[in-house]
Amino acid sequence: MQVKHAEQAQTNPRYKAAVRDLLLQLADDELCIGHRDSEWLGLAPDIEEDVAFSSIAQDEVGHAAFYLNLLRDLDGEDPDAAAFFRKSRDRRNAVLAERLNGDWAETIVRRYFYDVFDEIRTEALRESSYVPLARGVAKIRREERYHLMHFQLWFTRLSAAGGEARERMNRAVEGLWPEVKGCFSLGGWERQLVASAVISLDSNEMERRWLNRMKPVFAQAGLQWPGPLPMVNQDGRCGAHSSHLEELLQTMGEVVRQDPAARW
Amino acid sequence: MGNGRETEVMRALQEVKDPEIPAVSILELGMVNQATVTGHHVRVEVTPTFVGCPALDWIHGQIVEHLKKIPGIEEVEVVFVIDPPWTSDRITLEGRRKLESFGIAPPPKTEDPDPLNTVPRCPYCGADQGEVKNLFGPTACRSIYYCKHCRQPFEGMKAV
Repeated sequence: MQVKHAEQAQTNPRYKAAVRDLLLQLADDELCIGHRDSEWLGLAPDIEEDVAFSSIAQDEVGHAAFYLNLLRDLDGEDPDAAAFFRKSRDRRNAVLAERLNGDWAETIVRRYFYDVFDEIRTEALRESSYVPLARGVAKIRREERYHLMHFQLWFTRLSAAGGEARERMNRAVEGLWPEVKGCFSLGGWERQLVASAVISLDSNEMERRWLNRMKPVFAQAGLQWPGPLPMVNQDGRCGAHSSHLEELLQTMGEVVRQDPAARW
Repeated sequence: MGNGRETEVMRALQEVKDPEIPAVSILELGMVNQATVTGHHVRVEVTPTFVGCPALDWIHGQIVEHLKKIPGIEEVEVVFVIDPPWTSDRITLEGRRKLESFGIAPPPKTEDPDPLNTVPRCPYCGADQGEVKNLFGPTACRSIYYCKHCRQPFEGMKAV
């Protein structure tokens, strides 16, 4: 089955609800992580990373806007309102994406973990039955390739440097490991999403592929393998979030709440 | 629709430049999928270089402004689409030449293997022994390189 445009999806309420939920997962992940990237502006360890993080943040927020525009086509929801005014319980991002940046090692580890996951997820969307999504993802993957390359380089370099750098990398891995599994969750609509081929992989398969990708990189980088991924305490895909998200939303919406009519 | 009208539309679109690289038009960048004239109405289908390109509103405004100058054109509809997706291979030969003369190396071909190991030739001195300084540059579509021959940093368009 192929659903070529929003009007066709609207004729099937269950299909529409599932696609809506997935679009929010995609948009909220990219919006949170893009916002966190932007927080390095002026603070990154060197000017190249200042430039890189600003550019990557711009890409990610752009991707979030793309997904929110698909949502508008689907059910008329205003993209700005969806980005700025939705309550945290209505957000569908993985908790990993909302966490504070932490130190540089933690930032790099989180980013690399997320980008490998996002690569697997977008691969699983390339043949999506929801054609507008498949098309956008084809374009987005061409951009994401650069992010992944960048963070893989940092991940292996910092680890290979040994000393304090590797210590911090190991500590960052240990701190982030408990949140990783939350990325693979597809939330309350997983069965519908997989059955109607909106996404071609279920959460277990995405997790298996992620672990298979990650193991050799850990070995090559000389990092300790932390073992199986534990269950998460909060499933962001179902609206359960940490206080970090509330703080992020406060900051992100500060200007628009002061002057809702502002244009920039 | 006569051919004359279509030629005029293309000529007008040639006047719409990239706000960051005013030497190059959106036609030369390969951003225009098609332009269709129906009576007093023209519909332009544009594909952004990057999904999050912040210049799209500006480009939209410029297209409307330039096309409305054509006698007989009253309505201009600009649609941004990402299918088929923009790739850097869509930049025309003329576009590549203008980029280089503006000081921005044209992109390597997208089938070239690894952007971390593919350095275009220096737009200033023409030497090809440069190094990648930063995959990311001042705009989403550019990277930063360093030319070891003339010892200058230079920018290049990313292969995407």
